[in-house]
Amino acid sequence: MSDNGSLVSVRDATKTFRRGSEEIRVLERLDLDVPEGEFLALMGPSGSGKSTLLNLIAGLDRPTDGSVTVAGERIDRLSRTKLAAWRARHVGLVFQFYNLLPVLTAERNVELPLLLTHLSRAQRKKHVDTALGVVGLTHRKGHYPRTLSGGEQQRVGIARGIVTDPTLLLADEPTGDLDRKSGDEILELLTALNREHNKTIVMVTHDPHAARRATRVLHMSEGKLSQEAAE
Amino acid sequence: MKFMRLIVAGFRRKKIRTVLTLLSIAVAFILFGLLAAIRQALSQGVDVAGADRLVVRHKVSIIQQLPGSYEADMEQIDGVSDATHSSWFGGIYQEPANFFPQFPVQPEEYLAMYPEFLLPEDQKQEWFRTRTAAVAGRATAERFGWSVGDKIPIQATAWTRNGGQKLWDFDLVGIYDGAEQGTDTTQFLFHYDYFDEARDFGQGSVGWYIVRVAEPDDAVRIATAIDGEFANSPAETKAETEGAFVQGFADQIGNIGAIIQAIVGAVFFTILLVAGNTMAQSVRERTGEFAVLKAVGFTDTHVLSLVLMEALAVAALGGFVGLGISWFIISLGDPTGGLLPIFYFPRKDMAVGVGLVIALGLLTGLLPALQARQLRIADALRRL
Repeated sequence: MSDNGSLVSVRDATKTFRRGSEEIRVLERLDLDVPEGEFLALMGPSGSGKSTLLNLIAGLDRPTDGSVTVAGERIDRLSRTKLAAWRARHVGLVFQFYNLLPVLTAERNVELPLLLTHLSRAQRKKHVDTALGVVGLTHRKGHYPRTLSGGEQQRVGIARGIVTDPTLLLADEPTGDLDRKSGDEILELLTALNREHNKTIVMVTHDPHAARRATRVLHMSEGKLSQEAAE
Repeated sequence: MKFMRLIVAGFRRKKIRTVLTLLSIAVAFILFGLLAAIRQALSQGVDVAGADRLVVRHKVSIIQQLPGSYEADMEQIDGVSDATHSSWFGGIYQEPANFFPQFPVQPEEYLAMYPEFLLPEDQKQEWFRTRTAAVAGRATAERFGWSVGDKIPIQATAWTRNGGQKLWDFDLVGIYDGAEQGTDTTQFLFHYDYFDEARDFGQGSVGWYIVRVAEPDDAVRIATAIDGEFANSPAETKAETEGAFVQGFADQIGNIGAIIQAIVGAVFFTILLVAGNTMAQSVRERTGEFAVLKAVGFTDTHVLSLVLMEALAVAALGGFVGLGISWFIISLGDPTGGLLPIFYFPRKDMAVGVGLVIALGLLTGLLPALQARQLRIADALRRL
């Protein structure tokens, strides 16, 4: 935990990118606190910096300036190797386009983060079965991604995200590639993970309908958190 | 081991590409194995030549005969422990295509000179006893389906007998095996005395001498001494180590080692480009997947190792299949039916083959592996 008791604490975070000679400021001295057990939705137009912020919290990128503290650890100071190990232990990621490995079955995709642990094969299988059970896909575990619907693939993605029981679940437009019905099922699942399993979730979305599932919604614009609205 | 499934799964991504890459690597290694065996065959076993044996031939050419009296003179030279002689017969068995070397020799001396020719004791004694007796190497006996007790008719091309007769009949009394992998088991050996008495010309002459030296390190001095002994005689000699003699034969065709190395080098350079390009393309196509692996916690080293292991696995699968096939083809024996009597896959070339497999895997995987290692997750995910 950070000093103020938040699970995630972003302080004075600035992120700039270079495009040729031009410097693009994506995040501008941003502060954010996410308490444990919260389901936070980050909304905003394309290019507003919400995915960049998510990447900073996930340890996929580093701020140009400022700090990112998760569960009491300054992750912006960790080396690449330590950061990778930290991600494996603390972060579950859900992507818009699922990003499953096409040559692996659903259960093997879910097992991927567990390959980095010291669990035995039997223990890994047990964890995978549990995760697939949570997302309701045990019966499809032997299927390859190409034989699954978009909603099912995203559920496999969520199972991969939660299989290590991470501190944080971070979802980048998890319903962005799905129809309304499948999207609702995914949101239902995320809500259940938050409410029943007390998972702290940060979700980036364009969709106000999706954002309404969150316990808190923040709006981003031009690299700043411009509006906060309790739902 | 738990990552093996991930590596093997990579093979299924583009099956046709994987199969074609494996085939190209396998073909390269088949070629490597066969060329190694051919090089060994064409050098006529330089590597297995006796280090303590000299070959003494006529200074002008090997086809010039030497007097039979030289043997006793050579045995008097300091450092010479033994000497015997052999001659080229050059006969035809049934038809000219059935080539194999035939030598009239002194049986006891010859077997003592070549202990790597293994002949059962009873067959040895029978050969010593019977003037028309002959022994054949296992390869030649099997090639023509001969067995002990057979009569072997050989038609002379030069050495006619008893006033122009071309046919020589021999009683096959033994079949010898080789003590080493590279021992020549294609020879057909018979009594020099029988040959010398019956031939129409050239009595008392021999083709060349084989001399055993007491100390191999002393070979050059003894060779010089032998040549000095017969200098300014009607039949001057050229003495050299057996290895140099065999190499001289091989060099008549050309620098076989260099030619074969050039071919193998060209083949492997091409394969390096083909397999390297395939690997690089495969990794490029999976940029997103590697980014996902890193995102879920795989370190840079994990990803580097995965790509290197995949490249090594492709090289190993193709390479070892290729080496295995070439070993099988070579083990079937001389494909020319007698022109390459020493035809085997030398162990050192097999080791070189294994080394090439590993080098190919590392070289084709290194650059893509480094690229995958350097991959920045956020950038790669943004490109998806």
